Amino acid sequence: MSRPPFTLAGSLEGARLVLPVLPGVCVFATAFGAAAAQKGMTVWQALSMSAFVYAGASQMVALELWRETWSPSTILTVMAVTATVNARMVLMGAAMQPWMAAAPPAQNALNLFFFTDANWLIGTRYRAEGGSDLGILFGAGVALWVVWILATLPGFLTGALIADPRRYGIDLVMPIFFSAMLVPLWKGFGPALPWAVAGTVALAVEAAIPGYLFIVAGALAGALTGALLKDGDG
Amino acid sequence: MGEFIAGPAGPYLAIAAMAAATYACRAAGVVLMSRVRLTASVQRALRALPGSIVVATVLPIALKAGAPALVGLVAALVTMSLTRHELPALLAGLAAVSLARAAGI
Repeated sequence: MSRPPFTLAGSLEGARLVLPVLPGVCVFATAFGAAAAQKGMTVWQALSMSAFVYAGASQMVALELWRETWSPSTILTVMAVTATVNARMVLMGAAMQPWMAAAPPAQNALNLFFFTDANWLIGTRYRAEGGSDLGILFGAGVALWVVWILATLPGFLTGALIADPRRYGIDLVMPIFFSAMLVPLWKGFGPALPWAVAGTVALAVEAAIPGYLFIVAGALAGALTGALLKDGDG
Repeated sequence: MGEFIAGPAGPYLAIAAMAAATYACRAAGVVLMSRVRLTASVQRALRALPGSIVVATVLPIALKAGAPALVGLVAALVTMSLTRHELPALLAGLAAVSLARAAGI
C-alpha cells in the first residue's frame, strides 16, 4: 500500500469544496453562540467549546445539561451524552480507514481532530471519484473549524442575528447537503439495497428509542447488509 | 477533587471531557478498523457504509420535518443529478423548502 499524498494544493481544494456549506455552518454556530449566552456560559467557555469539541449537535445537546456548578457525576453524564450524539463519527472514521491506513499516524491524529460530517462527505465523494490526497479532508476540516469558531462569537454577543432561519430552510442545510451526496455515491439499485435497509432500521429505531441512536443503528444495519450481499461490488 | 470540580474550573473540565469524548469518536473508527483484517465481506460492509450513514441520518430527520423537507430533498437530488455540483443542489433544496413553507405546505 503506497502512502497517500497530503499536499497544500489538496488542502486549498478541500477548503474550496466546503464553501457551499459555510453559510449554513455560520447560522448553526451563531445559533449555538446565542443559546450558550442564554444558558449562562461565559464567552470564553462558548468559544472553547466550539474550538475543542467542534461538533454542533453535541454542543447544543450539552447546553441542555449546562450548569454553573459541576460534580464528577454531572461531568460523566455530559461526557456520555456527547459520545452518544457523536457515535456516528466512529462509523464515518471506519469508512475512511482504508484511505488513511498508509498515512503517518501523527498526520492522521491531526487530520482526525478536524474530522466532521461535511468534510467526511466531501472526502467520500472525492475518494469515490478516484482522488487520494488527504489534504482534501484537512483543508475542508480546517476551513469549517475556523468558520465554526468565528461564527460562535456574533451569536453570543447579539443573541440571534437571524430572526427566523427556518423561513429560508437554513435548519435543513445539512440534511439537504447530505442527501445530495447520494447522487455521486449511487452505483445502481443493487449497491443501494443496504441504504434501504439502513433507512428502514433508522426509522424504526427513531420511533422506538429517543436520542440519536437511530443513525448508528441504521448505518450498521446497512453495512451488515452490504457484507452479506454477495453481489455488492460497487 | 470534588471541590475543585465544583469550583470555577468546573465548566472547563466539562468542556475538556466533551472534547475528549468527541476526539475518541473521531479517531475510534480508524483505529479499530486498522486492527480488523480487510476480508471481502468487511470491504463490502465499508463500501455500503457511506450511503447507509447518509440515509440513516437524513430519512428520519426529513420525515420529522414534514413535507417541505421532503420537497427540498427531492429538489436537491434532482438538481444534483443534473448538474453534479453541490452548490446548485443546495440552493435548489433551500429554495424549495422556503417556497413550500411560504405556501404553507
